[in-house]
Amino acid sequence: MESAEAEPSDSRPEEDGAAPRSGLPPPEQPVATMEDCLAKKMEITVSEAEKRTGRNAMNMQETYTAYLIETRAVESQSEGQCAPVDSLWRRYSEFELLRNYLSVTYPHIVVPPLPEKRADFVWHKLSADNMDPDFVERRRIGLENFLLRVASHPVLCQDKIFYSFLTQEGGWKEMVNETGFQLKADSRLKALNATFRVKNPDKRFTELKHYSDELQSVISHLLRVRARVADRLYGVYKVHGNYGRVFSEWSAIEKEMGDGLQSAGHHMDVYAASIDDILEEEEHYADQLKEYLFYAEALRAVCRKHELMQYDLEMAAQDLTSKKQQCEELATGTVRTFSLKGMTSKLFGQETPEQREAKIKVLEEQIQEGEEQLKSKNLEGRDFVKSAWADIERFKEQKNHDLKEALISYAVMQISMCKKGIQVWTNAKECFSKM
Amino acid sequence: MEAEGRVPGPPLPPPSLGSGGEAEADPDPPAGSPGAARGPLLAAAAEVLALDDEEDDLEVFSKDTSLAEVNSFSPSMPISPSSMINQYKFEDEPELRDLFITVDDPESHITAIETFITYRVVTKTSRGEFDSSEYEVRRRYQDFLWLKSKLEAAHPTLIIPPLPEKFIMKGMVERFSEEFIETRRKALHKFLNRIADHPTLTFNEDFKIFLTAQAWELSSHKKQGPSLLSRMGQTVRAVASSVRGGVKNRPETFTEMNDYMETFSQKINVLDKIAHRIYKEEREYFNEMKEYGPIHTLWSASEEDIADSLKGVASCIDKCCKATEKRMAGLSENLLPILHEYVLYSEILMGVLKRRDQIQGELDSKVDALANKKPEKDLFSEEIGKLEDKVECANNALKADWDRWKQNMQCDMRSTFTNVAENNLRYYEEVKHFLIAMLFFSLIISVKSMGCL
Repeated sequence: MESAEAEPSDSRPEEDGAAPRSGLPPPEQPVATMEDCLAKKMEITVSEAEKRTGRNAMNMQETYTAYLIETRAVESQSEGQCAPVDSLWRRYSEFELLRNYLSVTYPHIVVPPLPEKRADFVWHKLSADNMDPDFVERRRIGLENFLLRVASHPVLCQDKIFYSFLTQEGGWKEMVNETGFQLKADSRLKALNATFRVKNPDKRFTELKHYSDELQSVISHLLRVRARVADRLYGVYKVHGNYGRVFSEWSAIEKEMGDGLQSAGHHMDVYAASIDDILEEEEHYADQLKEYLFYAEALRAVCRKHELMQYDLEMAAQDLTSKKQQCEELATGTVRTFSLKGMTSKLFGQETPEQREAKIKVLEEQIQEGEEQLKSKNLEGRDFVKSAWADIERFKEQKNHDLKEALISYAVMQISMCKKGIQVWTNAKECFSKM
Repeated sequence: MEAEGRVPGPPLPPPSLGSGGEAEADPDPPAGSPGAARGPLLAAAAEVLALDDEEDDLEVFSKDTSLAEVNSFSPSMPISPSSMINQYKFEDEPELRDLFITVDDPESHITAIETFITYRVVTKTSRGEFDSSEYEVRRRYQDFLWLKSKLEAAHPTLIIPPLPEKFIMKGMVERFSEEFIETRRKALHKFLNRIADHPTLTFNEDFKIFLTAQAWELSSHKKQGPSLLSRMGQTVRAVASSVRGGVKNRPETFTEMNDYMETFSQKINVLDKIAHRIYKEEREYFNEMKEYGPIHTLWSASEEDIADSLKGVASCIDKCCKATEKRMAGLSENLLPILHEYVLYSEILMGVLKRRDQIQGELDSKVDALANKKPEKDLFSEEIGKLEDKVECANNALKADWDRWKQNMQCDMRSTFTNVAENNLRYYEEVKHFLIAMLFFSLIISVKSMGCL
């Protein structure tokens, strides 16, 4: 086991990092083992959030929130030696830029999602306002979680742009844009087209796509109902608060019952107030579920990339076949399929043998190129499937582990809520029995 | 006054929990095992168990819920005098009671003109005044109304127990729905028993006839009473005299009573509203929870490794749902009816105080009249003497009944709210146990079986 370079002990499961599967990675991509993960070498926190005002691209004044990222190197043999803390400020849009870069650059990786842009699945107490302090706080935690996820990913943690995001305040945006990653991004339209027309996608990816659709649908539903349940629970607790006032007023006219009523009323107030903390904690559970709701989208992105590559491959193969056919037709003079050229040559006279020779030459060159391209596309496709599937297996294990931990901590929290309820009602019962 | 009417259950042996016995689960992982690496969450969960008083919890969890129904007026209970003693908590020495009444078996009667419900009234008694020791008659709501008005007429300053209302405006309860009939039956049962317990009312002749006469006997007896017109006349006179007086010479005690009743009436009405609101919120919560569990089952269909855990969560939520339902039932069977009765009682008491004032008013107006007609003093003095007696009787009767009512009220409130607290305690204990069981059988233990520990 590792020596004392343990992470700060807030029991979030994400800090453990999932064990990377030992699927063979493509040779160009460096892969870190558990010990080499950035997360183990560097402490990363998003420690503060601050409101800022500035001017945006259109020179209009805007308000936004900036987050402070603090990093500190973890020395492996430090005894009381504390490395200095580096820090820089980033805003949400920069996190988005980072994630977009990672998604395009590593299309075979299930890239961790960002916390939501706007508050969703709120129940009535929370405001849906992005400036609301509770929302900002939960977002801060979500952003920290995102960074830790990336830092503990065997592939992503090696990325230089990611490292600069954490350590280099100025000029980072320019650095990202210089990579030209936006050019590599596949257009949405192209991806959609591929989805509908691909003929032989890997079955596992098709199943994975269905799974991610189901996961997204079921978690959305769960979050919606959870929000309603929370709302109702809030109502039950808060109405009990009315007892306090009435008991107090009633106790004024009673002699023997007065004390019992008054003190019972106090406990009812305590009961009513206790729901605020409980629901605050429940939001943390909701956030854990939301992360996997957004992960479903990341899964789908990998599936789409596969479909795109497969479609590309199929098109290239089709194109090659048709060129070969053309070549054959020209060489043998037989026309097997209808073509406009064939028709026009019949109408306007045949080509000269020299023209035909030239055409065949061109086609043969193209066929050569095409075959090489097809070979490399096939290789690319196979590599993609292999490395993507390796990351998907890693993801599956992480997901199962995390969801279970989330359910466990939810149960523990609910149990503590019951204990509080038992405490209050035991006290109230004592007061009532003394009336 | 401590006889609360609750039968303490015999100590129960620790049962085995349906899910296979909590005692078997080992909550603490052996030290040094990889399980320790799961660290904070397991520790928190183990802490949750360790702090519990296990045996206490087990007993509560498995307590035979039928014991809880001892306090409800369930007709399914065997009708024997000794069991009847336990059925209600009137603190007047139960061992000395010699009149036992039950109201049950609602039956629908359809005639050409109307449809109505009759209830079976069974009386068992050892009193000499009764010809027999057991009676069984059928009565309808109208008959109960008749009895109440006879009692009010005979004892204007005694506190006659409340009758359930004719209609229920709030809520979508249909006139002959099962819920409505059952609520009414319980209230009628309480009504008759409260009369039976009252030191004066229990010996009222109309009460005896109500309990013993066959249907045709009762109708003919009813017709013998003062006619409708004369009864109306009484009411008119009463209203007239209430306008005039009875207030200026009112003894201090009764002014205090009046002030008390005004505040009490206000507070009890608010409490009634609060209790209904709580019931409504709990019902809404229950409705949402019903949807919550099945989602997890649906989710488990898409998963492999965590499918069992999710199913465990679904089943736990469903059990918690049922516990919520029980909590709601407890509220509607106990707190809501009692608060409603005391809302009615507060109206009754205001009425009683008014009638006392009227009686006083009659005396006062006669005394005033006398002051203006000195020469005919003798004629009036006898009348005034009678009225003075009447006032004194009324005042004493009311004072005594008031004290009795206050004590009963205190007892009722104490036991009702204690019951509410116990209801909630039971709910939280049950839910806690379901959660702990789920934690250890569906969540942590499954992880163990995955070989991750």
